[in-house]
Amino acid sequence: MALESGPVTDPTATARHATTERRTARFVLTGIALAFLALFLVLPLVSVFVEAFRKGPTEYLAAFSEPDAQAAIRLTLLVASIAVPLNVVFGVVAAWAIAKFEFKGKAFLTTLIDLPFSVSPVISGLVYVLLFSSQSALGPWLKSQGIEILFAVPGIVLATMFVTFPFVARELIPLMQEQGTTDEEAALSLGANGWQTFWHVTLPNIKWGLLYGVLLCNARAMGEFGAVSVVSGHIRGLTNTMPLHVEILYNEYNFVAAFAVASLLALLALVTLVLKTLLELRYGAELRAVGGH
Amino acid sequence: MDVRVSGVRKEFDRFPALHDVSLDINSGELIALLGPSGSGKTTLLRLIAGLETPTEGKVFFGDEDASLKSVQERNVGFVFQHYALFRHMTVIDNVSFGLKVRPGSSRPSKDEIRRRSSELLDFVQLSGLEKRYPAQLSGGQRQRVALARAMAIEPRVLLLDEPFGALDAKVRKELRRWLREIHDKTKHTTVFVTHDQDEALELADRVVVMSQGRIEQIGTPDEVYDRPNSPFVYSFIGESSSTEVQIKNGELWFDGQALGISSDRPDGEGMLYFRPHDIELIDASNRGIAGTVVASRRVGATRRIELAIAGATDHVEIEIPADHPATETSRIAFRPKHWRVFPKS
Repeated sequence: MALESGPVTDPTATARHATTERRTARFVLTGIALAFLALFLVLPLVSVFVEAFRKGPTEYLAAFSEPDAQAAIRLTLLVASIAVPLNVVFGVVAAWAIAKFEFKGKAFLTTLIDLPFSVSPVISGLVYVLLFSSQSALGPWLKSQGIEILFAVPGIVLATMFVTFPFVARELIPLMQEQGTTDEEAALSLGANGWQTFWHVTLPNIKWGLLYGVLLCNARAMGEFGAVSVVSGHIRGLTNTMPLHVEILYNEYNFVAAFAVASLLALLALVTLVLKTLLELRYGAELRAVGGH
Repeated sequence: MDVRVSGVRKEFDRFPALHDVSLDINSGELIALLGPSGSGKTTLLRLIAGLETPTEGKVFFGDEDASLKSVQERNVGFVFQHYALFRHMTVIDNVSFGLKVRPGSSRPSKDEIRRRSSELLDFVQLSGLEKRYPAQLSGGQRQRVALARAMAIEPRVLLLDEPFGALDAKVRKELRRWLREIHDKTKHTTVFVTHDQDEALELADRVVVMSQGRIEQIGTPDEVYDRPNSPFVYSFIGESSSTEVQIKNGELWFDGQALGISSDRPDGEGMLYFRPHDIELIDASNRGIAGTVVASRRVGATRRIELAIAGATDHVEIEIPADHPATETSRIAFRPKHWRVFPKS
């Protein structure tokens, strides 16, 4: 408050008293925001890397040469490479249906898509345990067929897909709604079939929004902890993803290794952030072009 | 290609957009669907294209029932109100799209597609802009790309939805004339939708006047302007004035005196419609419609005045020469030169 009170000493500023005050207020507000950012975002991020390099780069790299860590990284990549493409397909289909067609229950479907956002990830995981455990209706039958879902890769993929389902659809629905259906009608009237219309007209119109959704979806798929933790069973070297591996190492007081693996996830977040910002610049221009068309 | 719309009704969620519409379009004709917004004109155009399916009734292309065919199979050239150009494709790619997506057996060779597209761009006077994107074109240029794209598929019918709606007044007039020239050269059967009567009257061979999902009148521009068949057409096309009259023994009476105008309507009350400019001023002592000037404004070469006349709450508008000495509160009498009497609604 001391910043705001008191006469302004700068003689050139007295003439523009009002602006000077606004500037003071601006400094205070910006200062508070930056302090929050530093405290809650930058500091933890830096401490991840500080902890990871506490015993030097050799120890840091050693954390990745461990077979369990490598297995966790491989599993995370595998899960993301299955869950993200499937969610892209589902997301595009759902957004297409919602944005381009009128049908009964559309509002319900839109709400349903948001469900994974509103449900705690732990519940999402438990749902799969209920569905596929040996006490469930499906579990014994699947077991007799030799199909393992729980405490195996399929369960992890399913839980990840559930949690990351909304990202692509949510990104595309408003975009496709804004674009309307005239471009598609134009393509159809020119003789294009449904697939050609989608491939040559719809997809290019939504490509930046789609990429943006894929990016967010991927970041979440690799970083998901809660739901995956419930269904994975924490079998070292088999069903541990990177976030789960970090937890195990941390609980074993192996701080350097834990933070080393965590730093990889933090890097992923940073790369995602940079790509997202670049896309927003690009994608924003695209949207403006749509509006001015 | 003749197009015949036969007894078509269209409902959207129980809300009727078209009631029992029938329309015959001759091969090579240029037809305007004219009406206020909500009159169903765009719905009718989209039904012909196959972008909507009728709730009842049929659409024929020649002798063939097109009602059951999809929009792709109908082979119509549709120009959308805001053109709907593919923004990520260049001008030439937009124009050649319809040929490129054809199935292998009927698709021309790459060179042939390129040649035909360039030819069309030349035809719509856009050579040199092949590599541009739609965002880099003016409104008038986009309109012409949209037309070239629609013509590239050698359509049986050309359908245009408010083709000049998004353009400024000057470009509109140029393109209007240009579209007429294009039509005279290509002889495509063409239907366009407009809410602008000048556009419809200037361009079309025949005008279809629509209101509230019905066709009010079909006729040449002269017919719908000179012989409107309903009060709606009278007031929608051109300027019109109307006043209440009595019909007695086949003659029109106003304010207790005969106007010297005969009518074949039965005795009773009626509405007299006429054009404000199509009147003759007469001596106040003669038989005519007399009133007091309440407002006067200069409109171009003439002066338009509002008259308060006996027994009417609404004022009647007429046009008089700009140098006429009448001022406010002057009394003026007139008689319409052309008119129509409709039953009082």
